[in-house]
Amino acid sequence: MSSRPDEFAPLPSASGQNVPLEAGQERRDFLKLALGGGFIAWIAAVAYPVFSYLKPPKQAEVEVTSVKVGKIAEIGKDSGMIVRFGSKPVILIRTADGEFRAFSATCTHLDCTVQYKKDLGVIWCACHNGKYDLTGRNISGPPPRPLEEYRVIVQGDEVSVLKKT
Amino acid sequence: MSKVQFGWLVRSIHSWAANLFILAAVIHMFSVYFERSYRNPREITWLTGMLMLFLGLGFGFSGYLLPWNELAFFATKVGTDIAGVIPVVGKPLMIFLRGGEDVTGATLSRFFGFHVALFPGIFTFLLVIHLVLVQRQGMSEPLGLDAAHERKTMPFFPNFMLRDVLLWLIVLNVLAVLAVFFPWELGRKADPFASAPAGIRPEWYFLFMFQSLKYVPPRILFLDGEVLGIGLFGVAGLIWLLVPFWDRKSSRGLRGKEISYIGIGVVVYILVFTILGWFL
Ligand code: FES
Repeated sequence: MSSRPDEFAPLPSASGQNVPLEAGQERRDFLKLALGGGFIAWIAAVAYPVFSYLKPPKQAEVEVTSVKVGKIAEIGKDSGMIVRFGSKPVILIRTADGEFRAFSATCTHLDCTVQYKKDLGVIWCACHNGKYDLTGRNISGPPPRPLEEYRVIVQGDEVSVLKKT
Repeated sequence: MSKVQFGWLVRSIHSWAANLFILAAVIHMFSVYFERSYRNPREITWLTGMLMLFLGLGFGFSGYLLPWNELAFFATKVGTDIAGVIPVVGKPLMIFLRGGEDVTGATLSRFFGFHVALFPGIFTFLLVIHLVLVQRQGMSEPLGLDAAHERKTMPFFPNFMLRDVLLWLIVLNVLAVLAVFFPWELGRKADPFASAPAGIRPEWYFLFMFQSLKYVPPRILFLDGEVLGIGLFGVAGLIWLLVPFWDRKSSRGLRGKEISYIGIGVVVYILVFTILGWFL
């Protein structure tokens, strides 16, 4: 450290005398630190509220466990319908021989809502031509997993869909 | 909304202009690519241009939802779910984009914000850099043009400007004709509790990716097919974005054949899959 480049030359002090080399360097370091730190703190102070503002608020989801769909007579054989299950769609299918089945209607591929396709007797997703059989198993196209199954209960002539536990 | 006078006209001009903008940007991008005009010293111009193109697609994607019709609803579901596929950051990103777990009214207002405030802000910034660089560095000249050749010049005013005005006139007229004779429909109102309608598909500039996703099998080795498919598109996009940095030949003034082959391959792929997506 015997020969320093010019920029490290001693700083003249206010009184005109040269401040010792070390002190000038320290002062400079301190200023750098204060300015840099201040700048970072300023960025954080601006960014934090912006990010928090953009973060979607947590919504207290009402946990839905069962939904009444309607009377048996209103649901034709060999048909499917979308049931509102809390905020999620569920597909209720009545097969050709009158049996009820229910699955999550959210395609396991990329989140589209599936439908019952009568002519093929499958559950079909229009978005990328995904198909599931009537047990919810993914049988063709891109869906990677089967549809989650729901329970269907018939009490008297009233049909309800329940979450499987 | 459908009662606003000339609302159909403004909507159609907006949609057509947006689509033509993407088309023009894509053509511009490929012409720059094939001419290797991205080469040193214009890397930043290329980068800002590509970012603006991506942002343009973002404009398209966010704007697509705003009419809140059936197609838009499911396109947004799929599009944001794709973001959710990215490992680690995907899920939070998806929730951030949607403004919650699902596509709802919160997503709509969020996308409106992106579309009219956030994106235009970023776009303006990039555009300024892009244009300043073009202005300072001048137009790139084709490789292989020897420096000593004689350049044809013309005065900016009035010759060049008149040419420009002529082009503007033509484009504006084309736009007006398209908007009047091929207006954009609003479609059917979105219903979160309806099935995705048959024949659903995204805007044409996403079709090739959309069609490719249809062919990807559900599982490849230990990966979900869509993760792999989307990952590949991501990597390909990144490589494309960085072409000025790995195409070393053109910055040395050489015209490497590989660049042309890769470019032709990409164009053919996009064309074939767009056509498949359009007709299937
Ligand atoms: S979202 Fe259902 S097949 Fe892609």
